Amino acid sequence: MAYQEDIALMAHLMRRAGFGAGRDELEARLAKGYEATVEELLHPETQPPVDVYTLLRYQPAALLPGGQPPMGNVNVMFSLVNTKRPLEEKVALFWHHLFATGNSKVDNYDQLLEQINLFRQRGLGNYRDLLLEVARNPTMLFWLDNNQNHGTAVNENWGRELLELFSMGVGNYTEKDVREASRAFTGWTFETKIPRLPYGRFPWKFEYRPEDHDDGEKEFLGHRGRLNGEDIINIVVEQPACARFVCRHLYNFFVADEPQVPAWSIEQPRDPKAVDALAKVFKESQYDVRSVLRVLFNSDFFKNARFQHMKSPAEVVVGSLRLVGGYEIPRPGYGDLSMQPAYMGQDLLNPPSVEGWHTGPEWINSGSLMARINFVADLVGNTSLPGIRAIINRLRAKGTLSPEQLVDGCLDLLGPVEVGSDTRKELLEQAKEWGATNWANETSAKTADLRVGQMLQLIVATREYQFA
Amino acid sequence: MAATQKDPVLVTLQLSGGNDYLNTVIPFNEPLYRDNRPAVGIADDQILHIDKDYGFHPAMAPLKKVWDQGKLAILHGTGYANSPRSHFRSMDIWHTCEPDKVGTEGWLGRVAREFDPKKENVVTTVSFGPCLFRALAVPGVPVACVAGPLDKYGFLPAIQEKQERMNVLSRFARMYSPVAGSSVMEYLGTTGLDGLKGADILKVAPQRYASTVKYPNTPIARKLQGIAQVHLADLGTRIFYCDHGPFDTHAGQNPAHGALWSAVCEGLEAFMADLREHDHADNVTILLFSEFGRRVHDNGSGTDHGAAGPAFVLGDHVKGGHYGEYPSLKAEKLVQGDLNPSMDFRGIYSTILERWLRLDPKPIVGGRFDQPAFLN
Repeated sequence: MAYQEDIALMAHLMRRAGFGAGRDELEARLAKGYEATVEELLHPETQPPVDVYTLLRYQPAALLPGGQPPMGNVNVMFSLVNTKRPLEEKVALFWHHLFATGNSKVDNYDQLLEQINLFRQRGLGNYRDLLLEVARNPTMLFWLDNNQNHGTAVNENWGRELLELFSMGVGNYTEKDVREASRAFTGWTFETKIPRLPYGRFPWKFEYRPEDHDDGEKEFLGHRGRLNGEDIINIVVEQPACARFVCRHLYNFFVADEPQVPAWSIEQPRDPKAVDALAKVFKESQYDVRSVLRVLFNSDFFKNARFQHMKSPAEVVVGSLRLVGGYEIPRPGYGDLSMQPAYMGQDLLNPPSVEGWHTGPEWINSGSLMARINFVADLVGNTSLPGIRAIINRLRAKGTLSPEQLVDGCLDLLGPVEVGSDTRKELLEQAKEWGATNWANETSAKTADLRVGQMLQLIVATREYQFA
Repeated sequence: MAATQKDPVLVTLQLSGGNDYLNTVIPFNEPLYRDNRPAVGIADDQILHIDKDYGFHPAMAPLKKVWDQGKLAILHGTGYANSPRSHFRSMDIWHTCEPDKVGTEGWLGRVAREFDPKKENVVTTVSFGPCLFRALAVPGVPVACVAGPLDKYGFLPAIQEKQERMNVLSRFARMYSPVAGSSVMEYLGTTGLDGLKGADILKVAPQRYASTVKYPNTPIARKLQGIAQVHLADLGTRIFYCDHGPFDTHAGQNPAHGALWSAVCEGLEAFMADLREHDHADNVTILLFSEFGRRVHDNGSGTDHGAAGPAFVLGDHVKGGHYGEYPSLKAEKLVQGDLNPSMDFRGIYSTILERWLRLDPKPIVGGRFDQPAFLN
C-alpha cells in the first residue's frame, strides 16, 4: 500500500507542478524520491530546454507570429507539450494568469511570447525583481496605457492595476496612493512604435524619458519623497498585504481553488494558516518564489489537497497530450490543436481582461464541458498512441482481468484517479457487462484493447476527472 | 416551455475578421471610392447595382435577389465610438454590448434567460462553431454548441456503435446524477446532464430531416443546414448562431473577399429555400454582422482594420431598404483613415429585441438606443 500511496502523491505533485506524468515517469521519479523531485522541478536549468529548431522546421511562422492566431499559440503549445522543465512552464502560466496581458489589445504575439519568456526565466526567482521587469515590459506598458502616462497628464491604468491586481488587492491602499503611484511611473514607456507597414513589426524596447517624468514630491503608503517607479515597487513588496496576496494566488493556482479574486477582500482564504505560512517564507526569503514553492510542495496542506483544483483548459489539453504521447512534433494541424484550450475557454496569450481568467467551477459550462470531455476521450480512446499502449501493456502483463481489475487498473494507470463510490459502481457495472478481459489470442486481444480504450473514455468523462 | 413553431426565431451569422464595407455595399458614384481603392476596387462592370447609388460585390448575387424581393435591410455605418480596431475586443463589444468595460454576459445569453428562465428547454440556444461565442455566454444558461457535424453531436462521439453508445451514455447520465455534498460536483452534474439532454433532443433533427435542397459544400453551408435541421424539427430553439470567415483581408483581398461572400450568400440561399420548402421561413429573421469594417484606403493588396461597417437583416418580416447613412468618405470626416460609425449596433439589437423577439431591449443591451425601423 505504501507504493500506491507514494505513486498517488507523486502523480499529484506532477499534475500540479507540471502537467501530469505517465506511470514510467512516476516510477522513475519515485526512485529518486519526493523531495529530490521537488528540487529538480525547482531548478529547471538542470534539465535541457525544448528544441526550438524542431518547432521552426515544422512551423517557421511560429517564431515571430505577428498578430494572428494560431501561430503564437503553436509556439506556446509546443513548449508545453515537450518541456522537460514542467515547473518552469507552469510558473510561466501562473504569472501569465496574474500579469494577464492579451493579444486582444496588444495585437502582437511576438511581444507576448517575449513576455512569456520573461516569466520562464524569472518566474521562480525574486518577486520584486520580476515586478520591476514587468513594470518595464513593453507589452505591459502598452496593455495598461503607461505609454500614455505623462508628467503633465497622468494615466492611472497601470498604477491602479499594479496595486489592485498585481501586488496587494483592493482595500490596502487609498485612491491617493493610486494617483501617487501613477505619477511615479510617468515617463516609463517604450520606443515609439514604428508603423507596421510596409516592413512588418519591430521589437518593442523599454524607454525611460526623464523629461516626461513627474519628479515632484509624492506620498505613497506613508512614504514621502521624490519617488520613482522603482521606489513604489520597493514599498509595495514590503507590505504584509502583498505577501498575503501573492501567496494566496500561489495557493489558488497550485493547491486548491479559492473564490474569484474580486471576492478576496471580503472572503477569507479556505486555509488561512497555509497562506500565512507561505507569506512568512515569502517575507523571510525576501520575496523568493522558489523558496515559497519549496515549502508549498513539501507541506501537508499541499499533499492533502488531491483533486481540490478544477483543471484549467491548458491543464486538460497539455496533460492529455503528454499522457497519450505522439504529439511531440508540431506537424500540420498543430494550429487547431493549440487552439483547443481556447475552445474550452482559455485562449492562451489572450485572457479576457487584465483580471485574467476566472477559475474553478467557472471553467465549466455546457459547451466547455463537452469540449473537455470529447477532446480527452478522443485521445485516450485511440489505442495506437504510445501512452495508451503503455497502459494496455501494463494491464496485459497482469494476465486475465476481472471486471474489478479492469476498472481499478484503468483508474490507477490514468492517475491514479480517485472516484466516488457511485461512479466506481457505474464503471464496474459496465465492465461486468463485458466480462473478463484477456489478451490470450488475437481476437480477444483486439477486444481487450477496445475495452480498455472505452473504459478510459468513460473515466475521463467523469466529474472527478475534471479535477487535478 | 411552450414553444410553437411560430415563435419568432433569430439566426445570427457572424462574419468574423472584419468585413470590408466599401467592397460589400459599393458607393459607385462616389469618386473617392475609386481614389481610395486603386488596388482592391471592384470594376464598374462587375458591380451588382441595387439602386442608382449603391451596388453589391459581384459574389453577392443571391443576396441581391433578397434585396429585389424587398426582404433585405442594409444597416449603414454600424459600430460605436472609439472603435479599438482589435478583432477580439471589437467582437467582445458586439457580443456583450459593453464598449467601455469588459463585459461577462452575452446579449443573446440574456435573451435565452428571458425566454426560458427555468431552463426547461436546454436547446433554446443552438450554436454551430468551435466554441461558445461570448454573445451566448451567461453563467447557468445552457447552450448546445455543435462543433462538428450535427449527427455526431454529443458526448463521446467516438463511440458510435448503437448499443454500446446507449449503454455508455446511460452510464454517463447516472454518473452525473445529483449527489449530496459539494456544490461544485452538483454544478458539474447539472451542466453534464444539460449537455446530455441537449444532445438527446438534437439527435432527432437530422433523422427527421428530408429535403430536396442541395447545399454547397462549404463550412458555412454545413452550419446553416444544421440550423435548418434543428429549426425544421420544431424543438423550441429560438436562438441560432454561426460564423464564417476569416474576413481579415489584409492581403490578396480581391479573390478572398469574393470567395467568402459567395460561400455566405450561396449558403443563405440554400438555407432560405430549405425553410420555404418546409413552410418554416416566416418565423425566422437573420442578422449578419462583422466586428468592424476596414480601412478606406487600400494597402496595395488588401485593407487594414477599420471602424464602421454594414450589417444586414433579412427575412419575411423585414422591410427592405437602406437604414442610416453611409458614412462620408471625405478625408476630413474619416477617423484615423476609417469610416466614422453613424449607427450604434445596440440600436439594431434593440429593434430585433423589441419588434421581433418581443423583449424589453433596455436590460439586454444596457440602455436605450435609436431603433432603425426595419421590421414590420
